[in-house]
Amino acid sequence: MSDLKKIRDEFILKLKSKLDLSEINQIKSDLFGKNGLVSSQFKKIGTIVESERKKFASDLNVIKDELQNLINLKIDEVENAEINKKLDKEKIDITLPERPFVRGKIHPVSQTIDEISSIFSEIGFSVEEGPDVENEYNNFTALNTPDNHPARDMHDTFYLDEKKQKLLRTHTSPVQIRTMLKDKPPFKIIAPGRTYRSDSDQTHAPMFHQVEGLHIDKNINMGHLKGCLNYLIKEFFEVDKIKMRFRPSHFPFTEPSAEVDIGYEMKDGKIIIGEGDQWLEILGCGMVHPNVLKNVKVDPIKFQGYAFGIGIDRLAMLKYGINDLRAFFDCDYRWLNHFGFDPLDVPTNYRGLSR
Amino acid sequence: MKITFDWLQDHLKTNLKEKHLLEQLTNIGLEVESVGSLSADNELFKIAKIIKTEKHPNADRLKVCDVDVGEKEFKKVVCGAANAREGLITIYAPPGATIPKTKTKLLVAKIRGVTSYGMLCSESELNLSDESDGITELSTKFEKSIGKNFFSKSKSNLIDLSITPNRPDCLGVRGIARDLAASGFGKLLKLKEKKIKPTTKQNLKIKINKEKNQGCTTFGSCLITNVKNTESPQWLKNKLISVGQKPISAIVDITNYVMLDINRPLHAYDADKIEKSIIVRNSNFGEKFTALDNKEYKLEKDMCVISDQKGVLGLGGIIGGTRSGTELDTKNILLESAYFEPRSIRNTSKKLNLDTDAKFRFERGIDPSSIEQGLNKAASLIKEICGGEISKIDIQKNETHKAQIVKFDTNLFEKISGFKISAKEMIKILEDLGFKCNKEKKYLRLTVPPWRPDISQEIDIVEELVRISGFDKIKTIAPIKERTKPTLTQTQKLFHFLQRAIASKGYLEAITWSFTDSNYNNYFKQTKKEIKIINPISSELGVLRNSIFSNLIMYISKNLDRGFKDLSIFEIGPVFFGSSPGEQTTVVCGLSAGKKSRLSWIDKERNVDVFDIKRDVVQTLIEAGYNSDKFFIDDKTPNYYHPGKSGRIFLNKDKDKVAAYFGEIHPNILKKLDIKTDVLIGFEIFLEYLNFSKKTLNDQKSKFTTSDFQKSERDFAFVVNRDVKAQDLINAISSVDQRLISNVKVFDVYEGENIPDNQKSIAISVTIQSNEKTLNDNDLEKINNLIIEAVTNKTGAKIRS
Repeated sequence: MSDLKKIRDEFILKLKSKLDLSEINQIKSDLFGKNGLVSSQFKKIGTIVESERKKFASDLNVIKDELQNLINLKIDEVENAEINKKLDKEKIDITLPERPFVRGKIHPVSQTIDEISSIFSEIGFSVEEGPDVENEYNNFTALNTPDNHPARDMHDTFYLDEKKQKLLRTHTSPVQIRTMLKDKPPFKIIAPGRTYRSDSDQTHAPMFHQVEGLHIDKNINMGHLKGCLNYLIKEFFEVDKIKMRFRPSHFPFTEPSAEVDIGYEMKDGKIIIGEGDQWLEILGCGMVHPNVLKNVKVDPIKFQGYAFGIGIDRLAMLKYGINDLRAFFDCDYRWLNHFGFDPLDVPTNYRGLSR
Repeated sequence: MKITFDWLQDHLKTNLKEKHLLEQLTNIGLEVESVGSLSADNELFKIAKIIKTEKHPNADRLKVCDVDVGEKEFKKVVCGAANAREGLITIYAPPGATIPKTKTKLLVAKIRGVTSYGMLCSESELNLSDESDGITELSTKFEKSIGKNFFSKSKSNLIDLSITPNRPDCLGVRGIARDLAASGFGKLLKLKEKKIKPTTKQNLKIKINKEKNQGCTTFGSCLITNVKNTESPQWLKNKLISVGQKPISAIVDITNYVMLDINRPLHAYDADKIEKSIIVRNSNFGEKFTALDNKEYKLEKDMCVISDQKGVLGLGGIIGGTRSGTELDTKNILLESAYFEPRSIRNTSKKLNLDTDAKFRFERGIDPSSIEQGLNKAASLIKEICGGEISKIDIQKNETHKAQIVKFDTNLFEKISGFKISAKEMIKILEDLGFKCNKEKKYLRLTVPPWRPDISQEIDIVEELVRISGFDKIKTIAPIKERTKPTLTQTQKLFHFLQRAIASKGYLEAITWSFTDSNYNNYFKQTKKEIKIINPISSELGVLRNSIFSNLIMYISKNLDRGFKDLSIFEIGPVFFGSSPGEQTTVVCGLSAGKKSRLSWIDKERNVDVFDIKRDVVQTLIEAGYNSDKFFIDDKTPNYYHPGKSGRIFLNKDKDKVAAYFGEIHPNILKKLDIKTDVLIGFEIFLEYLNFSKKTLNDQKSKFTTSDFQKSERDFAFVVNRDVKAQDLINAISSVDQRLISNVKVFDVYEGENIPDNQKSIAISVTIQSNEKTLNDNDLEKINNLIIEAVTNKTGAKIRS
């Protein structure tokens, strides 16, 4: 047996035994150190007879590679074992709670306003605003509700002066007046906001929210009104089919006027919108009264259109199954957490209104 | 307005069923609010008489009554009403009956140890009226009816309609029948008019004074002599009871019946109590009279009164007076049927805060042509039931009511409604509603029926036509999905952004009233004016809020009381600085209480502090697009903040408008309002003062550049007086060379050992980097010295060795 084969067999055997890192390094230097066994063999190449030299060199290289690979493998093996041992010691109870975090929420009324704005944005409405304190003229008179009109009794108004000239707006309709006085037709706006009536019981709050809609152009008729509201309700409740009923009503500032009911049924104590044969009133609307248009210097012969007013809180209650209106404004931490929305949940039309 | 199908059929011939009726009423704008029988077992309610009352042995307010219900034995009933007394005739509900109002079924029950067999009912419990004070009192004329059913056996349901204020004609059953007939629901029956045959003269002189603002234009009357006021016949009682009215006496019942039937309010005077003549005039200031509600009213000037020589008899069209009221023994009656101006009625009733059925009708506008019709109808019924002789009708008039004419362009109908009907159909509908139609070239010339004061222009005609044709005929025109203008303005976008940015920092959004308790508001209003609400729902909600803090603190306190300790809430909304429209501004206001990391196994718990809130505010402003390099922060804040732990932020060094305040709420306020928390930190961001550039976000971003040259970080520790601001040091360092100093960061603040009293050490790390070259030791040393020099000069600091 040649020396080479002997070295190979001997060290392969050694490397198979259990070794630590320093022992492996010792073997490494025994073989490949300056005077290592393999290194010395390389020095011998020159002394080998020419006819055998080529084979000797080739054999030597094979053995060198083989042993070197084995050593590297052995080092990896030992190092891995050491890391694993260390990691094993570091093991923690991963079921312990994460670091504390707090989650903020958006109020359901704000969320609903954003949903409605998103829906109307798609059909070209823009958002207008008006002040919470209004004068008597914008809130009533300009809206064809003169002082002696019995319709005023239906608005339990909060007044800010004895002469009853300044008040908290009882509806968002004065924004119609402000918008039309400010600009020229056509108008296509919605106006969400706070509204006030001095009424307070289980189903009425002294403050609530409405969204006003106004579309005035040259040939806007009741068909457009119906189409617009039909679209709103379908989009808002995210249902394909909706049962909707227009029935005649009366508001001083629109004529003809209508109230709109939607169909619903109760299932396990929850309201299901769009099914069943019960009716629920959700909004008032109509064609803007020519007297109102005259009051804001819009020619009722040339321009006409519709307006509507919807209770936002009511819509939110229906969509999100909230029973008690008063709770909206009660600031109960549990309620806000339960019904609030994640701030990242921004209603958009490309991603959908709600998750 | 309450009706029954039965009563409707007095005026309407139809083969259709009640189910269709309900649908049709709603379809033509007479909204059905509710349908129901007065009581499903209304035959159980008996007319009864209290024979004896005794004090309840165990309760001061209760009585034990022996009640005669027409049976052999008296019933023992426990009753709490103050007016329960011996001899009173009232209404008894036996065990098993269901109370119409509450829908509760009565059982034999022990009340404080005494067994009660049934109950004596108030008018409100029977849905007869809103009167809930005491049990129903029936007149002695019911004596002979004891034991009989109070309610008739009518199977007709009570239909409650919500009549809109423009439709006074539908406050009478006939008006409703007319609308139904026009819509194809049967045929309107002709009125069987009974003309009275006068047998006497109307010898009372009646005069309407010609005065400015005279509220009465026409006063019709007739005298009925030698009547015997009695109990109404069963048919009349049943009619009234079927719509929830309590029968009183024949004369009162008849006037009520005529009012409900054809919406013609009448008033009956005891003619013998009228002093000589009747004068309809304006009241004088200070005149007094006692009305039929037994209250004395002090009148102002120019209210329309009916008077005689002695003084005021009644307020025309609103309420009569006790002095001339009819009673059981009344023999001679003056029956009034008049027209009062809605405006006058409304002014008077508002000033006196008086609401009556007559007022409700007159202020909406009564058919002026129904004056005689009403007198005829009522007088003949009185004669029929109470006997007597009727005089000739006397009519005094100051003004003649002219019929309203509307020229109607039939094209307007389609222009507004979006659908077509023929002119022939239009005429049919309008004629059925009582219009007279004349076809002219391009128009219909329409004479408006006198019972429709709501109709004066073309659009009113369109409404009638759409309403009667049916709203279901309106097409649905789908909206076009097209946007020509941006949906939101810059300010609105900012509103939404701030709202969600704050919420994303862990705050729950609250919405609280725009009004508040002035006691709370006073802590936060500063120099702002208090804005009082004249008619608040309660004194705790008596002023408009000058700051959102007042409400938020109140609610945070409620939540603390509920046992929550760590709370962060905010609201975005209006605060007010004046009582005129527009004197308001939008504020984002937040509060944080309690601890961070409470009961954490991993982090140390600590109180929320000012720098948490400062981070929330600054981060929000940065997220909203403002450059924090330009912020200027100092410590001048309103006095509801802790003077030493609060600050204000300006968006730039011009310092013209405060963008935000933040800081601890003043501990005194927590103490005074008894807020149970160790610490309460708040902030306010003022939307109006966040002016933004007109540039789009894209334009605002500068060119992207980076430096590949090595950067070096140098640390400095300065000792300064305690009142020197860290910001001053940072500013001093930044201003040394803006091209080279890329970042300045405070990493330690220390007071205490080794530092002289009233001084502090601030450690700052400065990043130095050039865009042009790698800086060598020399360059760095130079900047080092410049930094130390600048800080020393500007702040009096000493470098710590």
